[in-house]
Amino acid sequence: MTDTLDATSPFAGGIVGEARLRKEDPALLTGEAKFIDDLALPGSLWIACVRSPHAHARITSIDTSEALATEGVAAVYTGADLADAWAAPLPCAWPVTDDMKNPAHHPVAIDKANYAGDIVAVVVAESRYAAADGIEGVVVDYEPLDAVVDLADAESDRVVIHEDCGTNVSYDWALVPDPDAVDAAFADAVHHVTETYVHQRLIPAPMEPRGVAAVPSPHNGDMTLYSSTQIPHILKVMASLTLGLPEQKVRVIAPSVGGGFGCKLNVYAEEIICMALAGRHGVPVRWTETRTEAAGSTIQGRAQRQTIELAADADGRLTAVRATLLADMGAYLQLVTPGVPLLGAFLYHGLYDVPAYAFTCRSVFTNMTPTDAYRGAGRPEATYAIERAMDALAVAVGVGPDEIRSRNYIPTEKFPYDSPAGLIFDSGNYQPTLDRAKELVDWDGRRAEQADRRAAGSTKQLGVGISSYVEMCGLAPSRTLAALNYGAGGWESATVRILPTCKVQVVTGSTPHGQGHETCWSMIVADQLGVDPDDVEVLHSDTAISPLGMDTYGSRSLAVGGTALWMATEKVVDKARTIAAHMLEAAAEDLEFAGGVFSVKGSPDKEVPLAGVAFGAFTAHDLPDDVEPNLEAQVTFDPGNFVFPFGTHIAVVEVDEETGAVDLLDYAAVDDCGNQINPLIVQGQLHGGIVQGVAQALWEDAVYDADGQLRAANLADYLVPSAAECIDMKLDHTVTPSNSNPMGVKGIGEAGTIASTPAVMNAVVDALRPHGITDITMPASPMTVRRAIEVAGGGAS
Amino acid sequence: MEVSVTVNGTVRSADVEPRTLLAHFLRDDLGLTGTNIGCDTSSCGACTVLVDGRSAKSCTLLAAQADGAEVTTIEGLAGEDGLHPMQQAFHECHALQCGYCTPGMVMAAVSLVDEYDDLDGDSVREGLEGNLCRCTGYQNIVKAVLAATE
Repeated sequence: MTDTLDATSPFAGGIVGEARLRKEDPALLTGEAKFIDDLALPGSLWIACVRSPHAHARITSIDTSEALATEGVAAVYTGADLADAWAAPLPCAWPVTDDMKNPAHHPVAIDKANYAGDIVAVVVAESRYAAADGIEGVVVDYEPLDAVVDLADAESDRVVIHEDCGTNVSYDWALVPDPDAVDAAFADAVHHVTETYVHQRLIPAPMEPRGVAAVPSPHNGDMTLYSSTQIPHILKVMASLTLGLPEQKVRVIAPSVGGGFGCKLNVYAEEIICMALAGRHGVPVRWTETRTEAAGSTIQGRAQRQTIELAADADGRLTAVRATLLADMGAYLQLVTPGVPLLGAFLYHGLYDVPAYAFTCRSVFTNMTPTDAYRGAGRPEATYAIERAMDALAVAVGVGPDEIRSRNYIPTEKFPYDSPAGLIFDSGNYQPTLDRAKELVDWDGRRAEQADRRAAGSTKQLGVGISSYVEMCGLAPSRTLAALNYGAGGWESATVRILPTCKVQVVTGSTPHGQGHETCWSMIVADQLGVDPDDVEVLHSDTAISPLGMDTYGSRSLAVGGTALWMATEKVVDKARTIAAHMLEAAAEDLEFAGGVFSVKGSPDKEVPLAGVAFGAFTAHDLPDDVEPNLEAQVTFDPGNFVFPFGTHIAVVEVDEETGAVDLLDYAAVDDCGNQINPLIVQGQLHGGIVQGVAQALWEDAVYDADGQLRAANLADYLVPSAAECIDMKLDHTVTPSNSNPMGVKGIGEAGTIASTPAVMNAVVDALRPHGITDITMPASPMTVRRAIEVAGGGAS
Repeated sequence: MEVSVTVNGTVRSADVEPRTLLAHFLRDDLGLTGTNIGCDTSSCGACTVLVDGRSAKSCTLLAAQADGAEVTTIEGLAGEDGLHPMQQAFHECHALQCGYCTPGMVMAAVSLVDEYDDLDGDSVREGLEGNLCRCTGYQNIVKAVLAATE
C-alpha cells in the first residue's frame, strides 16, 4: 500500500499506485512516433485555405483564374462550388435550449465571412508549397461590414451578424432551483459582495497544430480520415452525417496527437473539406495547419464576463450565491460551444456549503474565432469567480482568506453532498488541503514578510493567494447529459482480450493525446490479472480497431474509460474462473484468483494458471457446455454520477510597483483525485495544468482590436510561457476515494488549470490591496498592473 | 538546386527548391519525420536539430544554408546501446507527455549540456527558453536535463 491509495482501494500489493515510467515514451523520444504530418501518403494533394482577412464582410466576387494558372495547382473551389458537397452544416452537438440560435456554418463561406479566418476558398495542389502559392492567386472582393467584438455591443444588436437569426443572442439559460430562497438570502444578508470579472480569450495552443489527411478508396467507397483529433469516434459519426457518407464506410484514425487541451475536441471545416475533396479527386487530400493560421482556424477558449454576488451572515457564512454570465460564442457554434458555460453552471458556489443558488447565462455571437472547450471548459471560469469573490468577502468580513474558506467548506460529514445546484458531490475532505498548502508555502512566514515589506514601504510587494476548488468531471452520466440537451451520451467502452499465449490486448474508446493511457491501463489490467504490464497492449484511436468510444475530454478517461476497463477485466476473470473450475473439477465459487493463478480454497495444490485457462479457452477442446471459446469481454460503462476532485493551491507573487512586473515566487498545490493509479502521471498533469492556468493570469491574451483582428496570432505575440518564466511547484495530495466508480478514482487532467488562475490573481490583488486595488484584469501584464497602480493614485506615470 | 548534407553520419543529397526549409528537407525529402514543426515564427523550437554540433531551429534555416554541414536529428541520437542519456533522463523524469516538443527539446538540451558547465535549475530554464512545451509545465524537463548532467 502506498500513500497514493486509500485503504479501501481494490488495489493492494500490486503496481497500481506506483510511479511507473511510461510505455509511450520510447517512440516519442526517438522520433519513431507518427504524428499526422509524418504520415507518408504517396500521391496526395494538399489544400490551402483562403481565409477572410476581414472580421465581417460580404463576399462580392472571387476570381480564381490566377490561382488556377499557378504551377502545381490542381483546382480551386469557392463556397458556391462546394455548396452541394455538404449534407449538413458543420455540427453543433449541444443545442442547450430549444430556441437556441444556431446559424448555418458551412465549411466554406458562400456570401459572407463572419470572422477573420473564415474560409472563403480552397486551393488544391500537388504540394504544400504549391498550395500556399495558389492562395496568393485567389482574388476575393469584399464589402467590409462593421465588426462586433465587444460583448455588450453584441448584446445590443447594433449590428446583427447572422441576419437570419435576427439577433446576436444565441441563448439565455438559467439554473435557479429556488428563486425565492435566493431573494430572501440576499434580503437578509449582512454582507453582500458583488464582483465582476472578465475572462479574456485564450488560444489553446497544443504544440502540434492540427492536421488532416483524408484517404479515399474510390472504387469501394471507403473513406479513411486521419486527423489530429481528441475524438475519432465522435468525428466518425459527425463527419458521416455532415457529408452524407454511409457511416460504415468511414474510418477515423487519430495518429499520435501532440496535445489537445480541448481544441481538438471538435469537428472542423478542414476535416470535412479534405474528405469531400478526397472523394472528388480520388486521391488522398491533406492539410496541415500553420501556427499563425490556427488563430483563425482553431477554436479559442474562455471569453466570458461574469458577475457574482455573495450573500453572507455576520460571520461570513455564505447564505446564497448568484452568478450571471455574458459569454462570447464567437462567430459560429462549433461542436460544444454553447455548452461550455453550462459545464461551470453548477459550480459557482465552489466547495462551499451554500443553501441558495442562482446561475444565469446569456451567450452572444461576435465577429471573432468561435470559442469552445479549452482545458477545464466552464469550471475554471466558475472557480475563478467564486475564489476571487471569497477573497472580497474575507475583506468585507475582516477575516483572512484562509479563515473565510474554512468557515464555509462543505463539512466532511455532509458527503455525499446535495449541492444547491442539484448535483451530488461524491466525497470530499477540504480543510486538510488548505492546511497542507499553507505549510508548503510557509503561510505565516510569508504573511510576516508581507507585513515587513509594507511597513518598510518597499516597492516590491508580496502577495499570497489561495484558491480552493472542487470540480465536476468524469463526463458524464448520459441521463444528465440528456437533461442538459447534449446530443450524445457519456459512456465509455473497453474490451479486454486474453490471447492464447496469455498476452493481453486492451481496446479502449478513450483516445489519448499525451495523458499516458497505455501506461495506466496496463497497470490496472496487470494488477487485476496478475500479469506483467509489459504483456498488456493498449489499442486505441482507430475506429476500426476500437469501434465504440466517446473519447477524451472533461477529465473522463480514467473515471469512465478506466472503469469500463476495470469492469471488462473483472468480466474476463469471471469467465476464466468458470473454465478454471471446470478444469479443476471444483465449484467456481470455491476458487481463489491471485497472482495470475486460480486455486481451490483449502487445497492450494489444486491450481491452474491463467495461461493454462487462456490456452484452454483458445483450443476449446474441453470447455463447459455453456461457455464460448476464447477469453474476451467488452463493457460499456455509463457512470451514475460525476466525480468531484478538489484541492487547495496557494501562489506567492512579488509585484514590482515601479515596473508592474509580477514574479511568481512560490506555488503549492495539494490535490485530491481519490486513488492514484500512477502518481507520476498525476503530478505531470498537475504541473502542466497549473502552468496553463498561471499563463491565463499573467501572460496569455488573444486580444482583438476594434476591427476584429487578432493582435496575438502567433507564438511570438501570444505568450505561451517558456521554462524561463516558470518555477518549480510544490505538490502534495490527500486521498479521498470517489464512490462514483469501483476504483475510487477522480479525474486530474484539468484540476491544475482550474485552480491556478484564481490563486495567482488573488495573490496579485493581495499584493496591491494597500493601494485600494480590488481587481486586476487578466493577464496581469506589467502595463496593466502599472496602470492600475497609477489609477489608484499610487505613483507617477 | 542540389543540396548535400551529412545527416546522422550519412551524406544525403536531394534536388530541392531554393526556398526549401531545412525542416521540410529533413522531413519531406529525407523522411526524417522525428523533427517536428510547431510554429512559423521560430518561437517554439520543436524543430531544433544540431547543425555542426550546435542547436539550431531547422525552420529558420534553408536547406541550402545547411549544404555541406553535419546535421544531427532526433533519429540520430539513440545508439546501439539504446537511448542517449538525455533521452533516458527524459524518460525517467517523466519529462514528456504528448511528445511533440520532445525531439526539439531533447536536441536543445543536448546542445545546452554540451556548451555549458555547472548548469543549475535557473540556467537550464534560461537555456531552454526557445523551446516551448504545453504539457509538462517544464518542471520535469528541468529535472531531466539536470539529471543528464550527473
